[in-house]
Amino acid sequence: MALPKYATPLERIWHWSYLVLCTLIFIFLIAPILIIIPLSFNTEPYFTFTQDMLALRPEGFSMRWYDSLMTFGMSQPDAPRGAAWFSDMWANSKWVNAAKNSVVIGVFSTILATVLGTLAALGLSRPEMPFRRLIMATLISPMIVPLIITATGLFFFYSSACVPQDSWAMAVFGPILSNSGCLANTYLGVILAHATLGIPFVIITVTATLVGFDQSLNRAAASLGANPRTTFFRVTMPLILPGVISGALFAFVTSFDEVVAVLFIAGPEQQTIPRQMWNGIREQISPAILAVATLLVVFSIALLTTVELLRRRSERIRGLSPG
Amino acid sequence: MASPLDPHAAIVTEAGGVEGPLTTADGQPLKRALSRSSRKARWRAFLLVAPLLVFILVTFAMPIGQMLYRSVHNDGFAANMPQVSEWFAETEPGTTPDEAAFAALAADLQASAEARSIGIVGTRINYEMPGTRSLFTSTGRKVRRGIEPPYRDALLEIEDKWGDPELWASMRNSSTAYTDSFYLASLDRTRDAEGDIVQVNDNRRVYIMLFMRTLWLSVLVTFMTFLLGFPVAHLLAVLPLRKSNLLMILVLLPFWTSLLVRTTSWMVLLQQQGVVNDLLIWLGVIDNGGRLKMMYNQIGTIIAMTHILLPFMILPLYSVMRTINPSYVRAARSLGATSWTAFRRIYFPQTLPGLGAGALLVFILAVGYYITPALVGGASGQLISNMIAEHMTGTLNWSMAAALAAILLGGVLILYWVYDRLVGIDNLKLG
Repeated sequence: MALPKYATPLERIWHWSYLVLCTLIFIFLIAPILIIIPLSFNTEPYFTFTQDMLALRPEGFSMRWYDSLMTFGMSQPDAPRGAAWFSDMWANSKWVNAAKNSVVIGVFSTILATVLGTLAALGLSRPEMPFRRLIMATLISPMIVPLIITATGLFFFYSSACVPQDSWAMAVFGPILSNSGCLANTYLGVILAHATLGIPFVIITVTATLVGFDQSLNRAAASLGANPRTTFFRVTMPLILPGVISGALFAFVTSFDEVVAVLFIAGPEQQTIPRQMWNGIREQISPAILAVATLLVVFSIALLTTVELLRRRSERIRGLSPG
Repeated sequence: MASPLDPHAAIVTEAGGVEGPLTTADGQPLKRALSRSSRKARWRAFLLVAPLLVFILVTFAMPIGQMLYRSVHNDGFAANMPQVSEWFAETEPGTTPDEAAFAALAADLQASAEARSIGIVGTRINYEMPGTRSLFTSTGRKVRRGIEPPYRDALLEIEDKWGDPELWASMRNSSTAYTDSFYLASLDRTRDAEGDIVQVNDNRRVYIMLFMRTLWLSVLVTFMTFLLGFPVAHLLAVLPLRKSNLLMILVLLPFWTSLLVRTTSWMVLLQQQGVVNDLLIWLGVIDNGGRLKMMYNQIGTIIAMTHILLPFMILPLYSVMRTINPSYVRAARSLGATSWTAFRRIYFPQTLPGLGAGALLVFILAVGYYITPALVGGASGQLISNMIAEHMTGTLNWSMAAALAAILLGGVLILYWVYDRLVGIDNLKLG
């Protein structure tokens, strides 16, 4: 947006101050995220730049907070770093355990949300779908209803959703339920809750992909003799796959980032990264939190890049953008 | 009977000479075959959605329903104090408790102390009248050892608070399993000894203030996101696609970054020994003694929430602005409008759909925010959701938490309905 040659001086001033303003807003958006990255390499336990850091002296920087992430909660953090040390870390470090929990819960809830959400989006995008608007509004509502309300409801529900002790159900489902046979404080409970929260994102992204979907392709496949299953896997699925994958990524991030429901319905066994961070911020805030935050920022940059590439690919496939 | 506008009727007449309705190859009337196949198609579409619908109903709607039930149902008193509850049911509000009432109370206290449920009863009354839980437990211990009639004098001797009409009013309020008292309390109201709805004491009026603060902060945050989001969205919309895609990353990266990470960053930036204060000192704006307190108060909440919700304003605004034809503004300018008039009369009205979508979305999300106010809000930056959490995990007054959550939920659902009406839930886009 260049200024025309005939712009008045006032217009020029306005134009440049507008650009400066936008730059400042962009800095406001991005600086808080980037500022923690150098701070996480601080040698001192401060949350601000030390003289050494500002002078770029190497002694001002260290990996000690990253190191403390691995050793936090280990039985022998100071042991020589051999195989025994690594197995100790893998089994006992609180952050490593939180990461494992986050990944397990994230993967299972994503699979659940993606399968159910994609099926529903396919149904919702059919022109014959009855009560479309109402059902869509219901399915999106977990995203709109404040998390604290969802978490409160789930807390009541999970503490009452129990199977009786000594019943066949306890014998079958016992291993995935808590000792008292309830959904509270179980992996299953957290996975179900996170799947619920991730589903709106899957529906929104897959529906958006299906908006540009040419239904006559399905009819063409059928007229050439393909049965509905073949049509779905050979024609529909490849076309909507980018949308499905980015929906799945959204669902995974939602789960990976979620803390309110976990605080209410999970036990100490299901400690996730956000919950561990929450504890850390509330109690003794140490720069180790900044190291976690930095790792999460790197992770979100990777995800953003993936989603962006998928979106471009999807638009290219559907012929919405030239390149 | 086919109307003249019925397409099937037209087919019949155009076919010419065919008696009766057209039929398919197997002899079915065409109309019926069509309605059957479209019914089948409807079912097929619905069956695809059905598993998710069931899932959402079980894992989301039912829990919320259970929470709503909890907000009107609390039998902590009624179930454990049956005799005195019955006395309340039989008498009018405002009746002075007679010997029969005290006898019922003494019997209930004794039974409840035996059954070790006196703590539940005391807790329930404590919600209505703080500081009374110990009255129940200590009286229960004494009554358990035996109590002689006349019960009125005996109980008053143990603790003369038992004669307090306010205490009896509280017990009456709690004597039914289904109660509106938690909703009344959410609005800083209660029932007095005569059964009239009155305001609670000044020092207990917190909820209306919190609702007001939540509304006010949400409006403010929405306005701030509008102020900051509008120019950025405009810039992104008018730049060539290649450049704007690059700048878009600066909007999408915060959107994709963990909420806790962003809140942590703001804590690091805003604290008194933090980067912003250091920067201001270095610039000479403030001196070392005058470090600004920007965290653990409303300012912290407003700054962090504005930052976190800003992408939700920019993205809908951007997608609407992208479609606005620039020649309208040029036409206005060529007809003599100043740039301000052209913006005000031509450009801005066309951005309203995006603005409405963004503002509603930001407002809905802001009203329910919990994490950020809890971490950077301090005492003056707490919102209603923090009070819900406090009742869930701190005071353990779950019915109160449920009632507050229900009121908040009602507000959000109304806004959601408005959003769906104005914007359409299908138009929600992410990234």
